[in-house]
Amino acid sequence: MSDLKGQIDALKSEVDSLSQRLGELSDQAQGLAASSGGVEAVSAAAAESGGSATIFGLTVLVLAVFVGYHVVWRVTPALHSPLMGVTNAISSVIIVGGLIAAGTEGATFSEIMGFIAVTLAAVNIFGGFIVTYRMLAMFKKKPKPAAKA
Amino acid sequence: MTYELASLLYLVASICFILALKGLSHPESSRRGNYLGMAGMTIAILTTLAMPGVGNEWLILLGIVIGGTIGTLVALRIKMTALPQLVAAFHSLVGLAAVFVAVAAFYNPSAYGIGVPGNIKVASLIEMAVGLAIGAITFTGSIIAFAKLQGLVSGKPVVFPMQHWLNLGLGIALIVLSAWMVVETSSTAMWLIAIIAFALGILLIIPIGGADMPVVISMLNSYSGWAACGIGFTLENPLLIITGALVGSSGAILSYIMCKGMNRSFFSVILGGFGGDSDAAAAAADEGDKTYRQGSADDAAFLMRNATSVIIVPGYGMAVAQAQHVLREMADLLKEEGVEVKYAIHPVAGRMPGHMNVLLAEAGVPYDEVFEMEEINREFSDSEVAFVIGANDVTNPAAKTDKASPIYGMPVLDVEKAQNVLFVKRSMSAGYAGVDNPLFYMDQTMMLLADAKKMCEDVVKALEA
Repeated sequence: MSDLKGQIDALKSEVDSLSQRLGELSDQAQGLAASSGGVEAVSAAAAESGGSATIFGLTVLVLAVFVGYHVVWRVTPALHSPLMGVTNAISSVIIVGGLIAAGTEGATFSEIMGFIAVTLAAVNIFGGFIVTYRMLAMFKKKPKPAAKA
Repeated sequence: MTYELASLLYLVASICFILALKGLSHPESSRRGNYLGMAGMTIAILTTLAMPGVGNEWLILLGIVIGGTIGTLVALRIKMTALPQLVAAFHSLVGLAAVFVAVAAFYNPSAYGIGVPGNIKVASLIEMAVGLAIGAITFTGSIIAFAKLQGLVSGKPVVFPMQHWLNLGLGIALIVLSAWMVVETSSTAMWLIAIIAFALGILLIIPIGGADMPVVISMLNSYSGWAACGIGFTLENPLLIITGALVGSSGAILSYIMCKGMNRSFFSVILGGFGGDSDAAAAAADEGDKTYRQGSADDAAFLMRNATSVIIVPGYGMAVAQAQHVLREMADLLKEEGVEVKYAIHPVAGRMPGHMNVLLAEAGVPYDEVFEMEEINREFSDSEVAFVIGANDVTNPAAKTDKASPIYGMPVLDVEKAQNVLFVKRSMSAGYAGVDNPLFYMDQTMMLLADAKKMCEDVVKALEA
């Protein structure tokens, strides 16, 4: 009889420990669920930041406008024509877009579009830098022996 | 090459471009700046070619060789007087290239990682529409500016009823079509945007008169930058955004300076209609009873030879007459006689910003003898002779005193403060703005009525005698 009681007690304690373990497991499961929710949130945030390339671009744009503003105001008025020449040449950096289009094989139409863009921009790059070079080469200082004798 | 390395090299190219502009703060550093610009462009092109997925090297090389040859030949042969047209033509190419890149991105978005055909990111589509429209407007607008400057079409403003309403309507149509293109990813909408923007570019520039061309050129310069910027957003490429912003702000600042030099608001220039001959008739009406003193080359030579300081005021007329070389000869002879010679440049002299400085530099005038308006204006009262050649409205004292004058408020050179004013002019007609110049009838003024080049040649002969 006492044996049986002892066995029941043992079983009870077994069940207790089991239920405790179950509780722990469910906690763990909840923790996992919570953390997996976190993962979802993180991946959503990542997608969001990928989508906000526009905001990144805007940041770059605004800062570049500030740089441009300060640099261009310091350009001496005598060199405003070369300024136009050089800005014209560097705005042809749009050739980068043409190069990617022309260089991506298997899409004939956009390859042709890219090729035309590359050609047009190349006219500008060479023309712009060379004409600026010609202009700047002409700006000379007064020769040392001063005119006022 | 990894994308990280490519981005880094793009950054280096951007810095080169910024330094290229920074170099222009002084003639000595400007040449190095130009080389840095070339280096930046080379880095940008080579980096792009080395990126994964970019092939077709021979096709690309062919394009660069064809374009490069044309560009080189044109740039080497162009006369410096024709610089404004050349710059206008170059701007048109940037605009057209932007259009082609936008179209390419629409049909093959996966090349740029912005989607697949028919399913492009919304943000990219909006930016594409913007880049496409600005590029197309820049293209046709620059073509018209080129034609006006080259004299292919009349420089007179073309105005017709309801003009501004038509432009506004087309502008609204562009917005509606952009919405259609973004929502439906419709190629029809895209092509319609291109067509309407082409038309708008023409319509925006035809009402603007020849005298306002410096503003137009600067404005188109700015547009070409913003077009590159728009494409940069579409392709998510910071290099294009930075460069576009630099060029865009540069053109905007130049437009501002030009507008200020004419005391006109930017909007009044854009809306156009200025520089026609409507008020020239009114000015001619009261010309009758005024008397002016006419002089000869010998008189001019005598006056200048005996002066201690002479200020030369060149204008676009000098460039038209190709008188800059003989003018410099004249100045050299005067300097040999111990006369101090300086040049005074008005901000809007010439047909583009800084045009006069380039023409004088080409003729061999040292840049430290050439002064901007603010620097030299107070010196007129200390000089014996002001020699005005091919300029008119920028010397008109009525701009300071006569509230009724159409150019009232425009900053002008204080030429009338000099003891003697020599005014080289073909005839007694009014200037571009159609305004009579009271300077002609002042006691100290002597009119030298002849072609600018012929007159300078005669003065040189008289000085040599």
